[in-house]
Amino acid sequence: MAKDLVCGMEVKEEEAAGFSLYKDKKYYFCSKNCKEKFDENPEEYLKSEEREKEQALPEKEVEPEPAKEHGEKSERIDIPIVGMSCASCASTIQRGLADLKGVEKANVNFATSSATVLFQPHLVKPEEFISSVRKSGYEVGTVSLELPIQGMDCASCVQKIEKALLQTRGVTKAVVNLATEKAKIEYLSSETGIKEIKRAIESTGYKVLELAPSEEVEDPERLIREKEYKKLKTKFIVGLVLGLFVFLGSSRHWFPWVPSFLGNFHVLWALATPVQFWIGWQFYKGAWGAFKHRNADMNTLIAVGTSAAYLYSVTATLFPSFFEAGGIKPAVYFDTSALIIVLILLGRLLEARAKGQTSEAIKKLMGLSPKTARVIREEKEVDIPVEEVLVGDTIVVRPGEKIPVDGIVKDGKSAVDESMITGESIPVKKKAGDEVIGATINKTGSFKFQATKVGKDTALAQIIKLVQDAQGSKAPIQRLADVISGYFVPIVISIAIATFVIWFNFGPFPALTFALLTFVAVMIIACPCALGLATPTAVMVGTGKGAEKGILIKGGESLETAHKLDTIVFDKTGTLTRGEPEITDIVIQNDYSEEEILKYAASAEKVSEHPLGEAIIKRAREKKIELHDPKNFNAIEGHGIEAEVDGKKVLLGNLKLMQKQKIVVRNLEEKAEELAGDGKTPMYISLEGKAAGLIAVADTLKENSLQAVAKLKKLGLEVIMLTGDNKKTAEAIARKAGIDRVLPEVLPEDKVNEIKNLQSKGRRVAMVGDGINDAPALAQADVGIAIGSGTDVAMEASDITLIKGDLRGVVSAIELSKRTIKIIKQNLFWAFFYNTAGIPLAAGVLYPFFGILLNPIFASAAMAFSSVSVVSNSLRLRRVKL
Amino acid sequence: MQAKLIVTIFGVLLIVSVNWYFFFSRKKSASADVKEEGIQEVKIIVKGGYDPDVIVVKKGISVRLDFYRDETDDCSDTIVFGDFKIRKPLPAFKTTPIEFTPEKEGEYVFTCGMGMMRGKLIVR
Repeated sequence: MAKDLVCGMEVKEEEAAGFSLYKDKKYYFCSKNCKEKFDENPEEYLKSEEREKEQALPEKEVEPEPAKEHGEKSERIDIPIVGMSCASCASTIQRGLADLKGVEKANVNFATSSATVLFQPHLVKPEEFISSVRKSGYEVGTVSLELPIQGMDCASCVQKIEKALLQTRGVTKAVVNLATEKAKIEYLSSETGIKEIKRAIESTGYKVLELAPSEEVEDPERLIREKEYKKLKTKFIVGLVLGLFVFLGSSRHWFPWVPSFLGNFHVLWALATPVQFWIGWQFYKGAWGAFKHRNADMNTLIAVGTSAAYLYSVTATLFPSFFEAGGIKPAVYFDTSALIIVLILLGRLLEARAKGQTSEAIKKLMGLSPKTARVIREEKEVDIPVEEVLVGDTIVVRPGEKIPVDGIVKDGKSAVDESMITGESIPVKKKAGDEVIGATINKTGSFKFQATKVGKDTALAQIIKLVQDAQGSKAPIQRLADVISGYFVPIVISIAIATFVIWFNFGPFPALTFALLTFVAVMIIACPCALGLATPTAVMVGTGKGAEKGILIKGGESLETAHKLDTIVFDKTGTLTRGEPEITDIVIQNDYSEEEILKYAASAEKVSEHPLGEAIIKRAREKKIELHDPKNFNAIEGHGIEAEVDGKKVLLGNLKLMQKQKIVVRNLEEKAEELAGDGKTPMYISLEGKAAGLIAVADTLKENSLQAVAKLKKLGLEVIMLTGDNKKTAEAIARKAGIDRVLPEVLPEDKVNEIKNLQSKGRRVAMVGDGINDAPALAQADVGIAIGSGTDVAMEASDITLIKGDLRGVVSAIELSKRTIKIIKQNLFWAFFYNTAGIPLAAGVLYPFFGILLNPIFASAAMAFSSVSVVSNSLRLRRVKL
Repeated sequence: MQAKLIVTIFGVLLIVSVNWYFFFSRKKSASADVKEEGIQEVKIIVKGGYDPDVIVVKKGISVRLDFYRDETDDCSDTIVFGDFKIRKPLPAFKTTPIEFTPEKEGEYVFTCGMGMMRGKLIVR
């Protein structure tokens, strides 16, 4: 074994990529690259080798020396911990850490959510602390980071960098990938930062490229693309000028004013050649590349087709006598070959531009991600890259700034523009306790919030992932087109050859010319691109459009099923209704005022945790009624509550409570029954043993439920409401929402069966629910629509997720799917029709009957515009109003 | 007459050979190396097609396919594994890793964005 002095890798002499002789000694290398580097400056590598040897020697002596173990200085490390909910968690973690060999002291602080460990660095590695914490069931607040590295050319570089990284304090994991030229690093932000990590990598002699968030990764690609596009444009312009001259020279019978030298075959040849081989080079390159892989594509068709016309013309120019001997007047078709190339180039230019627009939505989403966050660390505000924000960090946001990650407002008030995520155009008010979403923009006030989700867990990251996945999916409708496009080109080539043979054998004089022109026309007119682009472009634009409006569609399949729906089932609570009871009616008796009733009821309920009580307190607060603390509070199971407020005895509950306490309710009973019939829950209240009135509480409809249901009915869907409520209550709510059919008294676990039932009757069912307790029903439905939540469970189970709670989103989602499928169908029809009609036409089937033959130049124009038209048709989806 | 016969025979032969070449001739295949970390890895060069275009991998072990796109031609700018719901852009002159774990045996087709360039993943 020899050592490659450049990269440090061990190489077998017989397997080495090369060797160099220097000062009579042979040096072996793993790659050509290393050899070249060595040859440039051998002295430098020899020197550094010697230095390494010197350093390595004393180390070996140190290792076995046990005496030094005790004298070694211990080190301290702080580890942020995520997921501790109580002080006992802290002791679990602490025990786990303290049990590790080499740990002198471990202290876990629940309040600061961190662990401080004093340890002997030669006995234990910080990684072990992390796995110990994880074993105890908690997460460590590490930051993960991906850094692009330049200059790695062999596998040993990888090890070198990984080693250097792992030796850096605070780095817990380092994986370097040679293929992607990236290092994935996990580190403790309390111990180290990006700067130190970069330094560690650079100390090994490699360069870290600028931190590249996802959008920047695309940049070099975009640059190449732009350059290509420019090159294509130049080629097109030059080709157009040359092509025009060739065209004029070849068509002197139409343009007698064209000077005669332009009609000379040799001149035409000279003009057409750069078009064929410089401008058309990419077709040859592409065709050859595909040919080697036993593939055939568009390039094959164009290269073979134009070459046939070109070579025929060259033969006619060089050996006219050959044609004359056969009785044919020699003719050239340089205009055909040149103009075909120019037109197809134009088509590609237009297509490239249009295709770029189809992925705009996702690029916009990626562009939303914030770069930095202002975090409070050690009581100071510091700006840090958003990748370093940890769950639990307190973040400060000022007016006009982007909220960096997801979290909960702790302090301050503001209005936040969430339109980029939810599609809601009006800024949403935020106060302490409210959730904020990363990438939304803070408008008016400043506030502090605590980060709850960072990195790939934020709503934005989840949305991007979902949309990316969706755009990668295909609608089942595309399958046929896929099967066809796989066989398309070789079949077209076969048809073209058959056309040539048939024209040559049975065609009129001059048969060879006809055979050639029809052969070229068939090759050129066939357009598998249009077939291939039909669905993906529409799905991309459709799902992108949805994402802009807060409608996340899981994929092409969901889109396709959604447009076929005939039944839509709504879960009641939290979907059609707000899910929080509200006071709907207050009935007064015995001269008490509404305010008084509210005051006593709310004060009595102050200590209860019943949702109905909360509704009363909420209303009292809204009315700015001052509440007092109740005394002698007592909750009577199944009846209600009793308490003393301001010295008055308050009873609040059902009829049973009143009867038990012998309170005369008189005509209140009648009123209560009426309210119950409307789907409300009436509660009696009495003060000092006298009936004071009724408070009716009900879950109310969301503002837009009625409108959404009406629109869905208009779209021809049957709307059904599913609920656990009793029939009477359920029907009352359904009536208000405009729903005719109700499935009442359905236990949560039976929701799935109800959906199955409907499906067994041949219905295509959509289920709309809040996604958490409805997950099985959402998954069972043909299309599951989760509403108003970005939770993973909901996204997982549903086909469509609506970020906003607004039910009109359901209508928009269904409309969007209908539009998208319509566009796909148009595209597929156009692409199929185009090819099935175009190919026979180009082959000349109309000639025997009508004497019509398609000029290959028109065939190329038709081809170029067929794929452009498909992409442009898909782009129409961007303008759909939702 | 003779010319017609020659053209006919030549044409038929050409059609047969075109179809044989594109549909029935053997393609290059490669098996994945299983690395120590339990990942099977294959490098694929994308240039007018996939090289190799038949890839054999083992079931249940995560697979990393490193696609290096050695051209700027638009046709190959996206890679699609329909069965695994993967669609990824392939930046030109860069390696893009595609990672997933095949759980079921079978043959899975992967294609370019438009379904024209094809390769096959065989899971055993």
